[in-house]
Amino acid sequence: MSATVSPLPASRARLGLRTGLLVALLLLAAMPVLNQLPTTHPLHVSDFLVSVTGKWICYAILALSLDLAWGYAGILSLGHGAFFALGGYAMGMHLMRLIGPRGVYGHPVLPDFMVFLGYRELPWYWLGFDHFAFAMLMVVLVPGVLALVLGWLAFRSRITGVYLSIITQAMTYALMLAFFRNDMGFGGNNGFTDFKELLGQPLNTSAARSGLFYASLIALAGAFLLCSRITASKYGRVLTAIRDGENRVRFLGYNTTHHKLFAFVLSAMLAGVAGALYVPQVGIINPGEFSPANSIEAVIWVAVGGRGTLVGAILGAFTVNGLKTWLTSAAPDLWLFVLGGLFVLVTLFLPKGLIGLLKGRGA
Amino acid sequence: MSSGRRLYLDGVSVVFDGFRALNNLSLIVEPGELRSVIGPNGAGKTTMMDVITGKTRPTAGTVNFGDIDLTRMDEAAIANLGIGRKFQKPTVFDALTVFENMELALKAPRGPLACLRWALTGEAKSRIEQALEETGLQERAEDLAGILSHGQRQWLEIGMLLMQDPELLLVDEPVAGMTDAETEHTAALLVRIAGKRSVVVVEHDLEFVRALGRRVTVLHEGSVLSEGSIDHVQNDQRVIEVYLGR
Ligand SMILES: Nc1ncnc2c1ncn2[C@@H]1O[C@H](COP(=O)(O)OP(=O)(O)OP(=O)(O)O)[C@@H](O)[C@H]1O
Ligand SMILES: [Mg+2]
Repeated sequence: MSATVSPLPASRARLGLRTGLLVALLLLAAMPVLNQLPTTHPLHVSDFLVSVTGKWICYAILALSLDLAWGYAGILSLGHGAFFALGGYAMGMHLMRLIGPRGVYGHPVLPDFMVFLGYRELPWYWLGFDHFAFAMLMVVLVPGVLALVLGWLAFRSRITGVYLSIITQAMTYALMLAFFRNDMGFGGNNGFTDFKELLGQPLNTSAARSGLFYASLIALAGAFLLCSRITASKYGRVLTAIRDGENRVRFLGYNTTHHKLFAFVLSAMLAGVAGALYVPQVGIINPGEFSPANSIEAVIWVAVGGRGTLVGAILGAFTVNGLKTWLTSAAPDLWLFVLGGLFVLVTLFLPKGLIGLLKGRGA
Repeated sequence: MSSGRRLYLDGVSVVFDGFRALNNLSLIVEPGELRSVIGPNGAGKTTMMDVITGKTRPTAGTVNFGDIDLTRMDEAAIANLGIGRKFQKPTVFDALTVFENMELALKAPRGPLACLRWALTGEAKSRIEQALEETGLQERAEDLAGILSHGQRQWLEIGMLLMQDPELLLVDEPVAGMTDAETEHTAALLVRIAGKRSVVVVEHDLEFVRALGRRVTVLHEGSVLSEGSIDHVQNDQRVIEVYLGR
């Protein structure tokens, strides 16, 4: 039996993947255009599908970032949702500042929730967020610095494996509790919403929606190229080596703390970008984004798609979220069981994920 | 090369939960020297290498390389000082090819950015190819290290050690799992390497130690039991009692 099934040669499999990826990218890029067709047209793509795909693209960026940390460097973060949420909050702060006097209370500077809570002036950490460039800097800087501090403390003390995962999970949980508090100055459990505009464009137009969709798609392509370059370099091979035998890498003279920190910080920044693109598309950010379950779901996307392969992470994010969107409307009670079952099945029978299945069993 | 540094261990003790793995161990390896270390299982041979390479901190004692105190440095810093190590249980990176394993070990700047920017130059490539030839692995260069046989993994580890271009090589049981011909080849290789570099070889195979033909240190219960030529230690009554006579 096995003699008759010859696996694809690696180079041909890779070529197939590349082509598939390009086709997928073009299909995605066509979606907002097809959305403009009359609803009766057979190729018409619904508003719902476009907006939900825009979200999935952001999830795919998050999956890529997690794959860099987990699939390559072996850092199983169960708190990547926190970096995503922080990027989202930074973008949300910018969007809140842009509302200006158009809030319900009509205050020239203060967002509605601050007026409601009796703030007299803007807290210092809100300064600068009215500038787009500053806000974008914070989108990467805040998750990056958090990852740097946490990673430095953990990696330097040689905390790995389950303990590291627990610490990252505790981090996102602690942030969730903190952001729920009204006195933090981030809108408490309501978070931010009612955004009006971005870069001078009103957000409630179809042009703005396409714009955000394409920005996300470009970010995904950029993130993929960046991660491809990284993982194909000698640095990528050092990460793989650290994943499989960190001690041995140390005896070769590599300071593995530095290498892991670099990957972890970069990964957190990418997750922040994903969150920042996500928030204007869904129109809201609240502390629920820090929920530990979100981070765990992201791990499942990567596991299902195939960790340690960048295409797998993207594939997993789209597949699992597609399934989720379909199931939560078809059979909402089933979703959590399906998600759990999927994870168990993949772990037991498909350790290389869907991508391993696509590449052929021999690969 | 007499300009090299001397390895100096004095009064080194390592205690694990009350058990003395090393007990007041003293040892000097001169620059360019080839030293064999033998001793029964559990004598502390591997622990001695752990102490030198920063894996284990000594409970007491001095460990110097030249005038540098190794007990204050971490594994990576010690490796970059020029101390390379081959582990008793070969540990190579299974997910990388033989060539990539060698490339990872090749002496070059070790930081993340340097690794990102790294491009394989002709010189680096020929150095790797030379080591592949030296270790008989040129046919396997593109194979994943995970599919190598035990003997080939030993060779890959030795090759990776050469790539690091160390001043001092610590080689733990290099010929376990090798054929007689391979064992001879390894002995010749180590003899050739020594002189330019210092080499410490731990090995149970006395034929191999004889083939190396240099000074031998016998460890027992964490300290030096005897030291001298192979003939000297083989005729040492205490050595026969605890090690050879069994
Ligand atoms: N991390 C550790 N914790 C507790 N005991 C240890 C540890 N490492 C080594 N030992 C003990 O120290 C003693 C010396 O071990 P070591 O590995 O140095 O012996 P060895 O001379 O290399 O033996 P072998 O010839 O079997 O490789 C052994 O009894 C071992 O069980
Ligand atoms: Mg040993």
